[in-house]
Amino acid sequence: MQSPFRRGSYAGAIALPSPGLPNSRSARRLPPLTPCRENVNGDVVHGASIFAPAGAPADAIQTLSLFVLAITGIIFVIVGGLMVYCLVRYRRRSDDDGREPPQVYGSNPVELAWTVVPIIIVFVLTTTAIRSTYEIQAAPPPPDSLQVRVVGHQWWWEFQYPALGVITANELHIPVSDPAHPTPTYLTLESADVAHSFWVPRLAGKTDVIPNRRNIMWLAPAQSGTYVGQCAEFCGTQHAKMLLRVVVHPADDFARWVQAQRQPAARNPGAEAGRQVFEATACVSCHAVRGTGASGTFGPDLTHLMSRETIGAGAAQNDLANLRDWVEDPNRLKPGVLMPAMQLTQPQLDQVVSYLASLR
Amino acid sequence: MGVLDRTVPAAEPVAEAPSLVTRLHGWVVTVDHKRLGIMYIVSGILFLLVAGSMATTIRLQLVVPNNHLVPPQVFNRLMTMHGTTMIFLVAIPILFGFGNYLIPLMLGARDLAFPRLNAFGFWLFLFGALLLYFSYLAGDGLSGAGSAPDVGWFAYAPLTERPFSRGSSTDYWILGIALAGIGTTATAVNLLATAASMRCRGMTLGRMPLFVWLMLTSSAQLLIALPPLTAAQVMLLLDRFLGAHFFDTQAGGSAVLWQHFFWLFGHPEVYVLVLPAFGIASEIIPVFSRKPIFGYPVMVAASVGIGLISISVWAHHMFAVGMSPAANSFFIASSFMVAVPTGIKIFNWLATMWGGKIRFTTPMLFCIAFLFQFLCAGLTGVMLAVAPFNWQLTDSYFVVAHFHYVIVGAIVFNIFAGIYYWFPKMTGRMMSERLGRWHFWLMVIGFNLTFGPQHIAGMLGMPRRIYTYEAGRGWEIWNQLSTLGALFQAAAILVFAWNAIVSLRRGAVAGNDPWDAWTLEWSTTSPPPEYNFATLPEVRSRRPLWDLKHPDDPDGPYE
Repeated sequence: MQSPFRRGSYAGAIALPSPGLPNSRSARRLPPLTPCRENVNGDVVHGASIFAPAGAPADAIQTLSLFVLAITGIIFVIVGGLMVYCLVRYRRRSDDDGREPPQVYGSNPVELAWTVVPIIIVFVLTTTAIRSTYEIQAAPPPPDSLQVRVVGHQWWWEFQYPALGVITANELHIPVSDPAHPTPTYLTLESADVAHSFWVPRLAGKTDVIPNRRNIMWLAPAQSGTYVGQCAEFCGTQHAKMLLRVVVHPADDFARWVQAQRQPAARNPGAEAGRQVFEATACVSCHAVRGTGASGTFGPDLTHLMSRETIGAGAAQNDLANLRDWVEDPNRLKPGVLMPAMQLTQPQLDQVVSYLASLR
Repeated sequence: MGVLDRTVPAAEPVAEAPSLVTRLHGWVVTVDHKRLGIMYIVSGILFLLVAGSMATTIRLQLVVPNNHLVPPQVFNRLMTMHGTTMIFLVAIPILFGFGNYLIPLMLGARDLAFPRLNAFGFWLFLFGALLLYFSYLAGDGLSGAGSAPDVGWFAYAPLTERPFSRGSSTDYWILGIALAGIGTTATAVNLLATAASMRCRGMTLGRMPLFVWLMLTSSAQLLIALPPLTAAQVMLLLDRFLGAHFFDTQAGGSAVLWQHFFWLFGHPEVYVLVLPAFGIASEIIPVFSRKPIFGYPVMVAASVGIGLISISVWAHHMFAVGMSPAANSFFIASSFMVAVPTGIKIFNWLATMWGGKIRFTTPMLFCIAFLFQFLCAGLTGVMLAVAPFNWQLTDSYFVVAHFHYVIVGAIVFNIFAGIYYWFPKMTGRMMSERLGRWHFWLMVIGFNLTFGPQHIAGMLGMPRRIYTYEAGRGWEIWNQLSTLGALFQAAAILVFAWNAIVSLRRGAVAGNDPWDAWTLEWSTTSPPPEYNFATLPEVRSRRPLWDLKHPDDPDGPYE
C-alpha cells in the first residue's frame, strides 16, 4: 500500500491558519492540566494530557476535540434531562387508580423530527472531522524538515537521523518549531518485530508502528521541554515498559546535541578493563558503540548511553546503581525483557558498569 | 416427533423423584429449546464469574503504580482471557440463550426449526469454551513456552506468529473460538429459520415482538461477520503450522490484513451483542411503562438499518494504522451514519415511557440504567468516530471505558434485566425484589465508579493493556476509584448469584403472567410444558395478551 502521505492538499503546511480550525493557537494556549514533576536533570517532565497540547498537530486536535465535546455534552444534557424528567413525571404514583394509561402507538411527524435533527448534527460533525483529518494527515513536509526514522522494537524505540548521522534510543530529540516559521519533524515509523504505536499525547495523536509497512507522522512542538509518551499498541510481555520521551530543544541547543551525538564513543583509560569485558562477551552482538568493535543492531546503540535519562525504555532512572542492577540481571527491572543476564562476576560487573558510565 | 413419543403411562403409580443421574442425563440428551436456552444462560453466567474474577485481579494489580501482585506474563493472560471470555463465552451464549428460550414461545411455536442442530450448537460452544480454558493446562506445548493465550482478545498479527508466540497458547485461542463460533453459527441459522417458518397463525412479520426482530437482525449479522474471523483464524493456523505467510511480516505478509479481517468481524460483533440487548429493553420498557412500544415500524427499520450500516464501519478501529485520509473519511462518515438509527431507538424508548405509569421493578431499573449508560456510550462513540480525536483516544483507557459502557453498561445491564424479567417464566418462581434492588444499586454505583474514571485516565495518556505504570503521571487516583468500583461490582454479582440460588428454591410462586405482560410467552404456564402450548395460539395484533385482557379495546385497529 502506498504511503498515506500525499502532497498538495495541505494549505500552508503548519504556518497558515485554516479558516475553520486554526492550526496555530500559541497565543491562546491553555496551561498544562496535569501534574508536573522534576526529573534528574532539573527539566520538567510534564504529564501527558491530550488537553495540554504543546504544539501542532496536538493543538488542532484539541480544538476539534473541544468542539466535539461541546456538541456531545449538549446532547447529553438535553436527552439525559428529558429522561430524568420523564422518569419523575410519569412514575406510577402511590394513589394510582390501577387503570392503564392512554395507549399511544407512535407518531410519524415526531419520528421524522428526531431523525432529521440527528442527521444534521451528524453531517456537521462528519464534514468537520474529515476536513481536520486531511489537514493533519495530508500535510506535505517542507523541503528542509528534519527527518527521523523511528524503529519500534520489543520493547524499546530506536531513533535514526539519516541526514545527521545520529542513532539513539528511547529519547527522541527534536528542535522546537516556531509557529510563525514552522520547522516540523517528520517521523517515518517502522517496526523490527510486532505492531507498536507511537504516542506522545501532548505533541500528536498516535500512529501505529507496523512491521513491513512505513507510516509517517509529524511533530511541530511550539514549546521546548521533555514530553512523555509510550507504546500504545499491545506488543507483548513488556508493552507496559516501552516508554518514550521527546526532548524538544531550542534550535541552537538542538545543534549542540547533534554535535555531541555525532562524536564516536569517548575513550576513558580508566574504563579499559570494562571495555575489554564488554567486547569479549555477547554484549557486542546486540549493542553498538561507535568507534569500537561493538556493532550489534538488535539492542539500543550505547555510544552515548549516559546522555539518556532512563534505561530499559523508561524502566528505571539511568544512574549507576540501576545500571549495575540492569546489567547483572535485566529481568529484575523489566521481567520478560529480551536482554539476557550475562552471568558476569562481581568484579567484571563493576568494570562493565564503569565502562558504560564512561559513554557520555 | 409424534404424540407417541411423549405419552406418559398415566395408569402407573407416580414413581419417586428421578435420581440425579437420570435428571442430568435428561439435560445432556435434551433437544428442548427451553432447556438448551437455560444451559446457554447458566454456562454464560458461570463464565461471567470466571472472567469477572480475572477483571477484579486486573483492577487489583493496577490499584497502585509499580504493583507486583501479578507478573506481566500473567497479567497479559488475564486480560486476554478476560476479553475473549466475556465476548465469546459470556455475552454471546447468554443472549443467544435468551433467543433460544424465548423465540419459539414468543412466536407461538413448539420448538426451534432444527432442535437437534440446536443441541449440536450448544455442545460445540461448550467444548470450544472448555478447549480454550484447557490451554491453562496444555498451552505450554512442546517448546515449554506459553500457558493460556496472552496476545490480547483481538490477537493482532504478527504477535500471534510463531516467532513471537511460541508454545500452543495461540492455537488454543484459535481453535476454541473457531469451534464456539461454529456452534453460534448453527444457532443463528436456527433462529432465522424458526422466525421464517414456525410463526403461529396471525403472527405476521409486522407483529413479531421487537425482541424477535432484533435477534433476527443479530443472527443475520453474525452469519456475515463470523466467516471473516474464522477464515483469518484458519490462515493464522496455516501460518503457524504449514509455513504460510498471510500475516507473517518477516516473510512479506501483512499485519494490517489481520486487522481488517478481525474488525470486519469485530465491529458487527458489537452489534450482534447489543441488538439482542436492545430487544430485551424493547420488551421490558413497554410492560413497566404500561404502554406499547412507541413507533414499532420505525424501531424495526432502525434495527435493520443498524444491522446493515454496521457492516461498513469496521476500520474506525484502525484510524491509527496509517490508512489514507480518503479511507479514513469513509469510515468517519459510515460510523456517524450508524449514530442516527441508534439515536432514533433511544428516542423511541423515551417516548414509550413518556405518558406512561412507570413501575420501578428490578428489571425496569436495569433498563433505565441501560438508557443512561448507553447514552454515554453512544456519545463517547461519536467522539471516537472523529478520526483526529480518535488518534488521541484509541488504545487508551478512554476506549476501555467506552466499550465497557457498551458491553457492561448496555449489554450486561440488559442481560440482568432479562434475567429478572424472565426468571419467573423459566423457573416458576420470582426473584427477590429486595435482593434485586441491592444488586441493582451496587451494580450501578460500581459500574460507573469503575469505568467513569477510566475516561479521564485515558485522556491523561494512560494506554490500555499495561500491567503497571510509573508514579507521578497523574493516573493514580483514577485507577484507585476504578478498583474501588470493581469491588462494588463484584459484591453486586455475588448478591445476584445468591438471589438466583435462593429464589430458585424459595422464591414466591410466579404464576403464568406475574408482570401483567402482553407477549405470548406469558400465556403459558411457568415453566412452560415441553410442548410450550397445549393448543397453538392465534394472534391478531402485536400484543396478543392485551387483546385477551381488553376484549373491548384490542390493539389491532391501531396498528
